[in-house]
Amino acid sequence: MTTTLKPVDAVLVGFGWTGAIMGQQLADAGLSVLALERGPWRDTATDFATGFAQDELRYMWRHHLFQNVTDDTLTVRNHLDQEALPMRHLGSFLLGTGVGSGGVHWNGQIWRFLPSDFQTKSHNQQRYGAKAVSDYDLTVQDWGVTYDELEPHYDTFDKLCGTSGKAGNLNGQIQAGGNPFEGARANEYPTPPMTQTYGPTLFGQAAAELGHHPFPHPTGNLSQPYVNPLGAQLGKCTYCGFCEKFGCGNYSKASPQTTILPYLMAKPNFTLKTECEVLRVELSADRKRATGVTYVNSAGEEFFQPAEMVILSAYVLQNVRLLLLSGIGKPYDPKTGEGVVGKNYAYQTMSSVNVFFDDKLINPFIGAGALATVIDDFNGDNFDHSGLGFIGGAYVGGMVTGGRPIEMIYTPQGVPAWGLEWKQAAAKNYLRSFSFSIHGSCMSHRGNYLDLDPTYRDVHGRPMLRMTFDFTDNEHKMSDYVTDKAVEVAKAMNPREFKVNRRTGSWSVTPYQTTHNTGGAIMGDNPRDSVVNKFLQTWDVPNVFSLGSGAFPQNAGYNPTGTVAALAYHAAHEITTRYIKAPGPLVAA
Amino acid sequence: MGSAGAAAAAGIHDGELGAPPQTYTGKVPWQEGAADAPPAALGTDFRFFTPAERSFIEAAVNRLIPPDPAGPSAVEANVPFFLDRQLAGPFGRGDHYFLGGPWKKGAAEQGYQMRFSPAQLYRAAIKAVDDYAAANFHGAAFASLADADKDKLLKGLEAGTVQLGDGVDAKSFFAMLLQNTKEGYFSDPLYGGNKDMAAWKMIGFPGAHYDYSEWVTRHGEKVPYPTVGMKGRPGWSES
Repeated sequence: MTTTLKPVDAVLVGFGWTGAIMGQQLADAGLSVLALERGPWRDTATDFATGFAQDELRYMWRHHLFQNVTDDTLTVRNHLDQEALPMRHLGSFLLGTGVGSGGVHWNGQIWRFLPSDFQTKSHNQQRYGAKAVSDYDLTVQDWGVTYDELEPHYDTFDKLCGTSGKAGNLNGQIQAGGNPFEGARANEYPTPPMTQTYGPTLFGQAAAELGHHPFPHPTGNLSQPYVNPLGAQLGKCTYCGFCEKFGCGNYSKASPQTTILPYLMAKPNFTLKTECEVLRVELSADRKRATGVTYVNSAGEEFFQPAEMVILSAYVLQNVRLLLLSGIGKPYDPKTGEGVVGKNYAYQTMSSVNVFFDDKLINPFIGAGALATVIDDFNGDNFDHSGLGFIGGAYVGGMVTGGRPIEMIYTPQGVPAWGLEWKQAAAKNYLRSFSFSIHGSCMSHRGNYLDLDPTYRDVHGRPMLRMTFDFTDNEHKMSDYVTDKAVEVAKAMNPREFKVNRRTGSWSVTPYQTTHNTGGAIMGDNPRDSVVNKFLQTWDVPNVFSLGSGAFPQNAGYNPTGTVAALAYHAAHEITTRYIKAPGPLVAA
Repeated sequence: MGSAGAAAAAGIHDGELGAPPQTYTGKVPWQEGAADAPPAALGTDFRFFTPAERSFIEAAVNRLIPPDPAGPSAVEANVPFFLDRQLAGPFGRGDHYFLGGPWKKGAAEQGYQMRFSPAQLYRAAIKAVDDYAAANFHGAAFASLADADKDKLLKGLEAGTVQLGDGVDAKSFFAMLLQNTKEGYFSDPLYGGNKDMAAWKMIGFPGAHYDYSEWVTRHGEKVPYPTVGMKGRPGWSES
């Protein structure tokens, strides 16, 4: 039996970064807002206090804060001719759950995409010809929104987080010490960049010798105490080295808990319900309007929550699945290229280089989630791609996020994974090595997409999401090219030796890569090519909005959260200034 | 917090195992004594492995991380006890695995595809490896093989060239055993392995420190902090 509840103005499905951002904006506009979160409440003092936060086994390897796949996972395959099988254990990406979700256990790497990243198709076509954007069956698109439109919203997120960094481009003026390739910023970062430890410093010196443009990675691990516009206080990062995959016990990492919740939870017109999983969005008989959502709680009780507006603010994979399960938008068919929901699923193309020294104590345990010196010389279209045979790029970062010994012991080329040789190499190299990350874009491809699995079902009896994905030749060529550039930096550091970990073969669900899944609910300027308009409003059902990285038509060579947040603020601005006065399509189809 | 308090907290905490539905409005919730404290491995008794299985595990993990002057072997670091308690608990039951059907072999890129929970896999695989050893090494169980033969068999499991019976995928078992062995060797001593933090001392990891601020700019200097675990230094809690 389904119990019908009292209607609300807006229901949020999922309560991580985008849910908290949208919840605060809508509640401030006076709407009655209900957030439904499938996981538990989480706060710093209770769930990741400093007395027990530095626990590699429990958080990283036993997935204590991550989604438990026991009741619900997805199926995976590399190509259409393969049978998809369930991801039985987390690996390649570490999905979040609970209040704050991935915003609790992210690294705090806060990037803006390049202006040209928002025009992947038209920009590359104009500079390199039509073939550049259609080779390898690429299906790249423009976003339908520009960097200039998003800049104020990137700025809002920086101020919310207190982002630590150095501007490289202030209102068109290139600034020493920042990223000279970035789009123009209206304002300097709210707090100065983190002080760099030894490894990132060596990387920066070597990169500069080669004529590159190193700068400190912009971070949500704060360089100094900060009070944000909502009155939330963040502390100075202590470099404990337990950031990614962990919650911060020190209130030093920007998260929904440290930046928004103290303000939002106090508002009388905002309510959060935990342990409540939305099964589907309910539509009117003509399927042009959502009437609310049906959800089931951890007691097994089912409810219909009527709402004037439904905001999908879960992770990309759940948002796309809910669109498919609810019949919102036409599902994508990779054989015909017709349809849009599930189209252009993309990821991140990662490789690395490990450097080993005899004479330098790197002390990798002194780390932070976004502690890195970075070069952006080979990202996006910051370099001439003529004759290279690929589009896109990667940043290269000399990063020390920590020295957690189960995960992060680097051993030289040729050392086996176990036995005496491994043990002695681990003992010799742990303190004297670190890694460069080559963090690459992933273009969209005709055969990479999301749909509903025909076989496997979750605990509620719903079809699981099916992911069909592999890296294309475009990604392999890009990754090899930028990895070669990273090797040049490694050589310039004059280490005893280095080891190159290239991106080879097909995508595998097992080794951790990144939790940067994108696409499937892509944005654009018309309903034939996209699921949502520039304000993340679904073309087919105008009172349903789909937030998050699902909107990315392809993925750029940066961590996604900054852009995810900017898109959410951009949508919230339009909803609060235009939509709530006159509900309906915000862009003419 | 005393052990009674810790037990109470474990009982009421709304962590990952599923909590009652809650509604929050008007304030940030707070519950006294509800810290989500880690589940320590108490006692010294073995609860999962049979004596024969324990012999196998001790022999196998000591080839993965053998004794030498650089630092402890896996057995010296108490990895078998760690594995026993992990397999007797939620991890062994597959609490973070999806184990529903149908079950098909799949491609390597599709990852773990067996129906076994980790505890079931260890139980089946130890028997299957001992059966293989008996059939191929003159009737001996794995634990009584010469080191070179143990290594040969382990390498065969790692590469997938050794075919095991009882539905055990050799590569998947080896990957899990190696991963869990490194976990027991390098995780906080709270979980029963990494005895005396000797594996951390071997590599130079100072443990669960909270603040390295004053060392950020002291490039290349040795950090003199004593090794520390979540229970504190051995000198505080175990002397």
